[in-house]
Amino acid sequence: MAAVTTSPEVTGVDTQQRTGRVTKVVRAIRELPLIPLAVLIFLLVIPAIFANQLAPHNQRIGVLDDAKLPPFWVSESFESRTVVQRADKDRLDVEIGLTNARRKVERGEATILSGGEDGTVDPGDTLRFQANKGGSMEYPLGTDKQGRDILSRIMHGARISLMVSSLAILLGGGLGTLLGMLAAYRGGKTDAIIMRIVDIKLAFPSILLALVLVAAIGAGFTTVIVVIAVLLWARYARVVRGEALAIKQQDFIDRARVSGASNSRIMMRHIFPNLVNTVVVLATLEVGHVIILESTLSFLGAGIPAPTPAWGVMVADGRDLITTAWWIFLFPCLAIVLTVLSMNLLGDWLRDKLDPKLRNV
Amino acid sequence: MTAVQTATDTILEVNDLKTYIFTRAATVKAVDGISFNLRKGETLGIVGESGCGKTMTALSLLRLVPKPAGRIVEGEIVLNGEDILQKSEDEMRDVRGRQISMILQDPQTSLNPVFTIGNQLREALGIAHKENKSSMLSRAVDALRKVNVAAPERRLDDYPHQMSGGMKQRVVGAIAMSCEPGVIIADEPTTALDVTIQLQYLRLLKEIQAETGLAIIFITHDFGVVARMCDRVAVMYAGRIIEQGEVRDIFSRPAHPYTQALINSVPKLEQSVDRLYSIDGQPPLLSNLPEGCRFAPRCPYVADQCYEAYPQSYTLNERHYADCWALDPDWQGTPIEEFVPPTGTAG
Repeated sequence: MAAVTTSPEVTGVDTQQRTGRVTKVVRAIRELPLIPLAVLIFLLVIPAIFANQLAPHNQRIGVLDDAKLPPFWVSESFESRTVVQRADKDRLDVEIGLTNARRKVERGEATILSGGEDGTVDPGDTLRFQANKGGSMEYPLGTDKQGRDILSRIMHGARISLMVSSLAILLGGGLGTLLGMLAAYRGGKTDAIIMRIVDIKLAFPSILLALVLVAAIGAGFTTVIVVIAVLLWARYARVVRGEALAIKQQDFIDRARVSGASNSRIMMRHIFPNLVNTVVVLATLEVGHVIILESTLSFLGAGIPAPTPAWGVMVADGRDLITTAWWIFLFPCLAIVLTVLSMNLLGDWLRDKLDPKLRNV
Repeated sequence: MTAVQTATDTILEVNDLKTYIFTRAATVKAVDGISFNLRKGETLGIVGESGCGKTMTALSLLRLVPKPAGRIVEGEIVLNGEDILQKSEDEMRDVRGRQISMILQDPQTSLNPVFTIGNQLREALGIAHKENKSSMLSRAVDALRKVNVAAPERRLDDYPHQMSGGMKQRVVGAIAMSCEPGVIIADEPTTALDVTIQLQYLRLLKEIQAETGLAIIFITHDFGVVARMCDRVAVMYAGRIIEQGEVRDIFSRPAHPYTQALINSVPKLEQSVDRLYSIDGQPPLLSNLPEGCRFAPRCPYVADQCYEAYPQSYTLNERHYADCWALDPDWQGTPIEEFVPPTGTAG
C-alpha cells in the first residue's frame, strides 16, 4: 500500500511548500475572531487614534441652532393644528391659540393649510407645523441638546475610553497581579494581610468607594484612572492568587528550587509565565467592565468632567430626552455594548490561543 | 550511635538529623534522628511505607523543608566536607543543583508547561555556566543525548505536553544532572512510569552513574527496584532508620522484624497465595509516637522492654546495623526466628 503512493510528492515539493505556507496564513486569518476584531478596530482603535482628523465637527462646542437634530435617515415630520381663539390646555396637540399662530406664520415656522385665503390667520384655519427637524449627512448620527455632533463625540469618547481602560487595567491589573502572586508565593502572614485587604475592598460598595475617592482627589482624567485601578486590583489579586497557588503546588516549582533558583526568579520565570494566560484574558474581560465603570462614574458626575466627551457622560446627557431625542442616548449606549461584547469575544479567543496545549494543535 | 566510617570518598554524611513539623495541634516528628553516609558512586535506597519520612529526609538534605511549619531542629548534614546546615540561604542556592540535586516523582508536573524543554534545559545550564548562546545550545543537546532522547536537536523546541511520560522523566533527569552534582536524590522517579519504561529509566540512571561516579539516594517503596538499583538500603519506619546494610544482607538476613515483614509482603512469582502477607495494624502517627520502639505495637516478638526505651543500634556486620532489642545478647523475650529468604524477590 505504502509503496504505491510514493512518487507524486517528489515533483512538486517547492510549490507544495509555498501553498502550504499560503494555507497556513489563510487558516491563521480564518481563525481570527473577525467580527469582534473589526468592531474593535473600527469603533475603538481607529476613531481613538484619528479622532482629530476623522471627526466632522468640534466635539466640545455645538451650534445651538442645530440642537437635537435626528440621525440622517430620519426625515422631518409635520403636524397640523386648528387655530382657535384661546387654546385649551389639554388639547395643545391639535389646537393653537390665535396670537401664537399669527406669530408663527409671520416667522415662517408654519404654513396655512386650509382657510386663511385672505392672507391672515383666523380661528378655524388649519396650520401645518414642522413637528421634528429632519436629519442630514451633516450630522450623520444627529446632535445633542447643545447642537454637538454625536458621531464626533463618540469618536473622541473612544479615545477617552481606550486610554482610561488601558491605563487603569495596566495599573490595577499590574498591582493586583503582583500582590496576588506575592500572597500565594509567600503564604502565611503576607498572604493573610493581602487577602484581608482584598476582602475589605470587595466588601466595600464600589460606587461609594469611587465617589469618596473622587471627592477626596477631585474629578479629572487621572483621578478616573486611579479610581478604576483601585476598584480593579482586588479582583485581579484574588484570581491571580488562586491560580498561583495551584501552580506553586506543581513539581516544576520544586524542581526550580532544587536546582538553586532564587525566590524572585521562581516568581518571575516560573510562576508568572503560567499566569500570563489568565492575566491577559482577565484584562480583555475587564476592558468591558472598565468602560462600564467609567461610564457609570461619568453618569454619576464623578468621571471625566464636561465638556470632554466620554461615553458615560453622553448617556447621562441623553437620559432625560429618551422619549423625544432617543439618538442622543442610543448611540453612545450602542458603542459601549459593541465594545464590551467584542472585548469579551476577543478574550475568549485569546484564552484558547494562549494555552500551549491548544496552540499547536 | 553508629560508628560512621569516615573514608575519604564519603560525599555525604548525615548525623542525627531531626526535622519536625510544627502545627498548631501537635509536633510532627517527620524525621527523628537519622544517620547515614554515602560514598561516591554509591546508591543508597531508602525504603519504607508512605508517611514514614522518606520525602522529608530528601527535602531536609536540600534544606527545602516546607516553611514556616517545618524546621530542621538538630543534626548535621555534611556534604563535600561542609555542614550545609550552617550555610546561609544564599550559599544554599549555590549548593542546590550543583552539589546536590533531586529528581521528583511526577514527570507530568516537573516541567513548566509554558516553556519548551530547550528553554528549560538552558535555564538550568545557565544558572551554573554563564556562556554564550551557541555553546549553551550544544550543551543542551548533549544533556539530552546523555539521557537517550532521540533526535535531541528537534526535541529542544517541543513543549512538555508533546512528550511521553518516560521522555519527560528523562528530560527531568537531564535537567537535574545538567550541573553535574555529586549527589542526586531520586524520589520515587519511576512510580509514574509504566514497567517497561521504568526498567529503561533505571538502566539509564545506572549507566550515567557508572560514567560519572554520581552518588544516588533512591527513595522508593518498591523492593524490586531496590534490589536492582542499590548498593545499600536504609529501611525507615516512623521517622527513623530502623535497619541499614548492604542490599545482599538486607535481602538474605534482615535482622529487624519490620524489615522481615516488609520482604515477606513482596509477592513471589513462584507461589500462589490467596491473600498477600501484610503487617497487622497501622504505623504510628508521627505526631503521637509511642514510647520506646515505634514498631512495638505491631511486632510479633514484642516484650515489655520494647515499650520502655527506643532500642540501641546493634552492629550485625561492618556495614549492617539494626535497631531492635531482640538483637541484644541479654534479650529475654522470644528470639527472632531465623529468616528464610523468599525466592524470586530480587526480580
